[in-house]
Parts: sequence; C-alpha cells; structure tokens
Amino acid sequence: MKQKFDIIESTCVPLPLENVDTDQIIPARFLKATTRDERFFGENLFRDWRYRPDGTLVRDFVLNDPRYGGEILVAGRNFGSGSSREHAAWAIAGYGFKVVISSFFADIHKNNELNNFVLPVVVTPEFLEELFSSIAADPATKVRVDVPAQTVTNLATGRSESFELNAYKKYCLVNALDDIDYLLLQKEKIEAYEKK
Amino acid sequence: MNTLFDKIWDAHVVQHVEGGLDQLYIDRLYCHEVTSPQAFDGLRARGIGCFRPDRIFCMPDHNTPTEGQDKPIEDPVSKKQVDALAANAAEFGLTHFGMNDPDNGIIHVVGPEKALSLPGMTIVCGDSHTSTHGAVGAVAFGIGTSEVEMVLASQCILQQKPKSMRIRIEGELGKCVTAKDMALFLMSKLTTSGATGYFVEYAGSAVRSLSMEGRLTLCNLSIEMGARGGFIAPDETTFAYLKGREYAPKGAEWDKAVEAWKQLKSEDDAVFDREIVFDAAEIAPMITYGTNPGMGMAVNGYIPTLDDIPSEGCQSFCKSLKYMGFRPGEMLLGKPVDYVFLGACTNGRIEDFRAFASIAAGRHKAPGIVAWLVPGSWKVRRQIEEEGLDKILEAAGFEIRQPGCSACLAMNPDKIPAGKYCVSTSNRNFEGRQGPGSRTLLASPLTAAAAAVTGFITDPRLLP
Repeated sequence: MKQKFDIIESTCVPLPLENVDTDQIIPARFLKATTRDERFFGENLFRDWRYRPDGTLVRDFVLNDPRYGGEILVAGRNFGSGSSREHAAWAIAGYGFKVVISSFFADIHKNNELNNFVLPVVVTPEFLEELFSSIAADPATKVRVDVPAQTVTNLATGRSESFELNAYKKYCLVNALDDIDYLLLQKEKIEAYEKK
Repeated sequence: MNTLFDKIWDAHVVQHVEGGLDQLYIDRLYCHEVTSPQAFDGLRARGIGCFRPDRIFCMPDHNTPTEGQDKPIEDPVSKKQVDALAANAAEFGLTHFGMNDPDNGIIHVVGPEKALSLPGMTIVCGDSHTSTHGAVGAVAFGIGTSEVEMVLASQCILQQKPKSMRIRIEGELGKCVTAKDMALFLMSKLTTSGATGYFVEYAGSAVRSLSMEGRLTLCNLSIEMGARGGFIAPDETTFAYLKGREYAPKGAEWDKAVEAWKQLKSEDDAVFDREIVFDAAEIAPMITYGTNPGMGMAVNGYIPTLDDIPSEGCQSFCKSLKYMGFRPGEMLLGKPVDYVFLGACTNGRIEDFRAFASIAAGRHKAPGIVAWLVPGSWKVRRQIEEEGLDKILEAAGFEIRQPGCSACLAMNPDKIPAGKYCVSTSNRNFEGRQGPGSRTLLASPLTAAAAAVTGFITDPRLLP
C-alpha cells in the first residue's frame, strides 16, 4: 500500500533463520488469487510454519507467540531467496510489517518490498546478532528506523547504524510515489530511444 | 566497460535516473497466469493500455493439469487464473498461446524454442527462472508483478545495474555429468546467495561444449545461486539452434543478424567484478540433501556434519535435515524413493527425455515408484513421439504426460504427498515446494532415471 515513510519506532518479530525463501513466506497454493488483496496474503504469511496441515496453530512459531509483535520483522541472512513472487511482499505488508531488517536480502524480493512500501533495511551481521540477543532478552525491545536520516537504532543497546537506500527510492518512499507514476511521464524519451 | 553484460545492458538504457537507477528498455516481456493478473488490474485502474503489445507474449503454464487438457480445468481457482490471462491478453491485444494450443508449454521452454528469445535482447517475466533465456546470449531476468505492470505500461523498468561475474568451467565433463550437475555443483560451492547482486556470464570449454538444451538448463539455475541472471555468449551452437525457428529473422535479415550477434562477446581485456574458475573434472553427478538448492553433494557423497557448518547456520541446517528425515554425515545412496519427476523449465526439453530414456531403455520402472514425465511444451512432446522415445519409455513402464510446470511447484494437481521422497529434475527443494510436507531431492534426468528404475538413490555411473 502506498504510504509515506518517515520515522518508525516499533517492537520486532525475530526470525533468526537463514535463507528464508519466498515459498515459505507465501506457499505456491496461495498464488492463485487474481486480485491484490493484501489482507488475504497477510493471513497466509508463513502459512506452513504457522499452522499444521489440520489447521491447528504451531504454538512455538514466532508469529503465534504473544510475546512478540510490531511493525518490524527481523530475519536471518539471505531473506526472500527463490521465487520472484511479489505475493511474498504483499503478505509481509498485509500482515502489518513496514520494515524488514536483515544482514542480506535476495535481489528480486528486495525490489518487490520497495515497490510495495515495505522497507528492507540491510544491517551488519554484528548489528543483527546483537538485535536478536536484545529481543531474546527482552521481547519489548524497540528499534527506531529513521528513513530521512537513513539510520537504524537498537533502542535497547543504543547501537546505531546507517543503511543504504537509493536516493530515487527514498524520494518515492518519503513521498508515497511509485515507479509507474515516474515511467508514464517518460514516453517521449522512450519513443526517442526506440527510433535510435 | 567491455563485458558482454555491459554491452547489452548499456545499449538498452533509455536514461540514467538520479539516485543510480537505470531506466532499461525491455525487448521482450513474457506473461504467465500467476504473476500477471494484478499487473493488468493496475493498467485498468490507471485507465491505460499496453505501450508495445507486439513485444509481449502470454501463456499459462503453472496451473495447467498434465492430463485431460482438452477438458476444462477442474480446480475453479486455477481455472479462473488461466481464464483471466486469456481475457487480459484479448483485452490488451497480446499474443496468447492458451492451454492445449499446439504452441503452449512452459514459458521458458517455448520462448527459446520459437526463437522469441534472441541474442542481445533484454527479456523479463514475472518469474525468477527467466534467467533461462540467457542461454541464447540475452540479458534475461525475473521481476515482480509491479515491475510487470511497469513494462506493460512503458516497455521499461527502473533497475540498479547489477555487478558482473564470470564463471569459467574448463575441461571435460565426466561420465553422466550434465549441465544440471554443473549448476548444482556451482550452488554447492557458492551457496544460494553467492551470486546475489551479480549477473553471471558462463564461459570456459565445458560450457562451450554444452548443447543449447544444456545451456538453457545451466542458465535456468542462475537464480538459485542468487544471481539475477546468467548468460552465455552466442556462438555457432546458438546460431544453429535458432536458424529457421518461427520468430528468428529469415533470409538476408538472418545473415545480417548473425553478423551483429557475432560481436556479442566480452572483450579479451574485459574486467569482471568477480571471476571464478572451476575444473570440470571435479564435478560428479549431484543430488541435494536439504531444503535449499545449495545443499547439494556428489550422489555418492556424505551429508555434512555439524562440524562442517558455520555456527550461525546450524539452526537452519538442523531444521532442514529434520524436515528431510536425514542425519548429518550419512550417505544417500541406497535410500528408498517414492516419486520421480522429469520436467520443469529446468529439465523438460528433448535432450532431457533422451537422457532419461537412455537409462530406462531395456529396464523397467521399479515397483512402487510413481513417475511423472512432463514435457516442457507440446513441441517437445511431439518430438519425443517423432524420435520414438515414447515407445522406449512406455515399454519400460513410463507414460508421457501433457506439458506444464507440474510438480515443480505443485500449483496443478501433481502434488507429492507429505513425507514422501521425490527425486526431481526441477529447480527447488524448498520445504513444501512440491506439495505440503513433500521432500525433494534435486538431480539430473540421468540420476532421476536411475532412481526410477532401481527404486532407490543410485549413482547413474554404476548402472551397466
């Protein structure tokens, strides 16, 4: 959903697994929808880790653990690998996450998050490890993500880092604009390119 | 900038956008039914049409059943998605090869076989295995649905230019070592994120020696190392494959095109951001033991032990082996198998069926094995029949199904039941990929056929 980004301060949901692929984020059987209903995809985020085949809750999966919640998902390295399905970004947005923090993202998924106003924040492995420790010690640990300043802070320890964000994408996030708005204004340049 | 990647990419930049992105012109957009409906909805919401409909080709492949395609799809949700693609193609004036049409098949099999994908092109599709088309010497990569909408609307997308990597594999491949094994070997060395941020050029004598089918398999799996795409500079193998195909240039145009395509190579002094060399003799027939494609080993090897795994990866490694029902340090040879799947955009081409048939000939499917042999397109299926491979396979107890993505991701009725083991020629062994609870072991068509005729994991080199 298009929304303006500024400063986000929230508790986190920790998922300290590496190589979380988009088939886990949203299994293929939920890709048959022909509409972009983020609520539907959000309800099925991590479906097969959240529910058993008979529909009962997997109590020890973090999304089912009442101690954890918030607008920030914190995940192990290489988050979003595999399938290009944008439904994974829709599911993350639909569940209510605005930010995903990891030490490494897969390329296509990272773009998909940005195109859906979910901010992927790349931190150092040390920052990530410390944040997992902080959350494990106190699930009420908050993180502050300052988009205009491009900084991320673990408020439990005060550790702060700057993160990379393409200047154009930052402009889009802060002003709630998307790439299609931009491209539709470029018709003359595209036609000139085609004539070359 | 003198790599082939630079040459193709830079020639397609309409303009540089402030902040470091390129507005990239796209020569070919493919649409399948799963990742396009919301993009077409987006056009309708904005009240706009497709900017260049002649550059866009649509076909359903993910939901199509692999039998009874002459009848309507039984699953109403699948049917709705397949019907939506047909309706969207008609509304926006796009070419559409519908289910059961003689031109239909998996998009990444049909594109090259019709020469819709040509050297020097930029090619995208809402599908990570779009990297397949790099085999013809194109810059081809997967995109999300929002980006599909961008291309429908403007024939362009905004992208950060990836870094370039060259992977050279030099020397001769050993017995029963295929392009699939090369790719699984690369993933096992580089991990599933080892090439993230890069576009890969495959080179070296072992790569050059591959047929076009083999090259398509190798490039297909680029994404499984995290690479956005992978490609091979076009050469005589490429030109011989493309010549005379439906959408290839004809007559004098063909000669002109080949002259231009011959310039599509990295210069001798080209500088890559990263370059890696492997010895082809190091590569054995491969199989995966875990739940990402980087968890692979020689088919006669041993699963790593916890001592081999970096500490931060132990939780994922243990979760993975628990899911698969394997123990650290054990061997897979001789483990019983329940299902065998030959097909997908990875290994659904004619050469893959020839390889499978070469092992099946004179043998018989093992009792208790369920085998799904799914051609990548109707054209592949017709060729199987023309070459008489269907007779060989039927005599060995196998049947050929109708084309589609099938059990690769089980969006159609072909699902591996929970807990069952499947030796699969597809591209991903993620948890639940082939159906909830399914356990996938990725391998080549030869290794899959060896499992199918013995009933357990077998080194194809040891079959007499």
